Amino acid sequence: MVRDSFESSIKSLEEEVVKMIESVEELVIKSIDSLINKDVNLAREVIRLDDNVDKMQLEIEEKTIELIALQQPMAKHLRIIFSIAKIIIDLERVGDFCVNISKETIKIGKERHIKPLTDIPKMRDIVLGMLRNCKISFIKEDSSLAYRVGQEDELIDNLYKDVYTDVLMLIHEDSKNINQGTKLLFVGRYLERMADHITNICERIIYIADGDKVQIN
Amino acid sequence: MLTNGGSSQNGVVYDVKGLNLWYGNDQALKDINLKIEENEVTAIIGPSGCGKSTFIKTLNRMVDNIPIVRTSGKIFYHGVNIFDKTVKLEELRTTVGMVFQKPNPFPKSIFENVVYGPKIHGIRNKKQLMEIAEESLKSAALWDEVKDRLHDNAYGLSGGQQQRLCIARSLAIQPDVLLMDEPTSALDPIATNRIEELIDELKNNYTIAIVTHSMQQAARISDKTAFFLMGELIEFSDTKKIFTTPEDKRTEDYITGRFG
Ligand SMILES: Nc1ncnc2c1ncn2[C@@H]1O[C@H](COP(=O)(O)OP(=O)(O)O)[C@@H](O)[C@H]1O
Ligand SMILES: [Mg+2]
Repeated sequence: MVRDSFESSIKSLEEEVVKMIESVEELVIKSIDSLINKDVNLAREVIRLDDNVDKMQLEIEEKTIELIALQQPMAKHLRIIFSIAKIIIDLERVGDFCVNISKETIKIGKERHIKPLTDIPKMRDIVLGMLRNCKISFIKEDSSLAYRVGQEDELIDNLYKDVYTDVLMLIHEDSKNINQGTKLLFVGRYLERMADHITNICERIIYIADGDKVQIN
Repeated sequence: MLTNGGSSQNGVVYDVKGLNLWYGNDQALKDINLKIEENEVTAIIGPSGCGKSTFIKTLNRMVDNIPIVRTSGKIFYHGVNIFDKTVKLEELRTTVGMVFQKPNPFPKSIFENVVYGPKIHGIRNKKQLMEIAEESLKSAALWDEVKDRLHDNAYGLSGGQQQRLCIARSLAIQPDVLLMDEPTSALDPIATNRIEELIDELKNNYTIAIVTHSMQQAARISDKTAFFLMGELIEFSDTKKIFTTPEDKRTEDYITGRFG
């Protein structure tokens, strides 16, 4: 009886993590959309929505502490609860990077883009794909999927290098490009960092599923 | 032959090999294989009736007292099979002390309880007995509480104090191993905590095997954990491993409370 309610508490905790992942997905989509469309209002919305993600993190954290104190979880239960406590920190960071991107968007405002944004949407698509598969591997406790997701981090690294060289060239061409160029570099860097955090989450999922502590990449 | 100074191989105190035990026709232990190492605390966990008490009582051959018991297999204690005919039971029980679930002091003074064993072993010298009593009571973390009333009846002590007295009584015969069968199950949390701290200190000088129904207790105090189920040893490894990443599904199910 008491155990049943413990197991259902874990279930609902997992559902909250899934919701948090979905909220972060929304932030990724909206932050890059607002950048591409120079939509300052949407960028402001991202900043507001991130407060919700922060709130979710605190609520989930509170519940993990409660479950540890009241149920003294062991084995799989312990791995799930402990890993969730770590996963939400990485998720929260991903949300923060979306906010950072939106702040750059607001600064760029209505300025003409110094280059067509081609690599940044590609990076976004990979980050989103990673997030979605990360969510699925979490729900299914599928460690091999989690492993594959983590490996996509490399694609992002390569795209970031492309953004970097592109922007560097533009800055060389015309020093007026320095201002926006550095902002676009930051955006690339933020996306690249998001992928790192998602990879951390994948490592946690593998620990939940198999009890193995792995370092992907 | 059975003493501490003997040729024990790499700190292994007990090496149990293919142990089976029957009560009449009912098999209570099935092909048990495990090693108990020197100065470690080995916890034995599992649902009631899985054979924990039977196992621990086999280690000092207390099960011999039960007429219907039959065993096969070997238990090497410092390299000597305790089932060998040459092994003297008194000698084995002198080096392997036992503490039970319910504190069971004798209806005698605190002092007499502690020196009971040494007296049986022929020590009569008052001064020597007093030294043994003081040392044992200190080791059992009871001395300060009883030093002014050593000649009062042991029944006047609290449950937790009585249990520490029983531990002192076991220590007085200078054992090598302490076997404990749910030693805190009749105690309140504070008394339990004192016993757990005591176990942690005692392991510097003794090897301890403890049966406990509390997984938290096993996790807190032991180095190795053995999980028994229906007479079988399902999993035996480092306590850290058992409680974080157990190998066997049945261990996982038991320690996460799915049965038992
Ligand atoms: N003296 C006995 N005579 C017959 N069967 C016994 C005796 N003691 C224990 N058993 C049986 O052996 C099994 C293991 O018991 P026990 O070692 O006391 O388990 P645990 O300590 O894990 O609760 C149980 O099925 C129990 O009924
Ligand atoms: Mg028992």
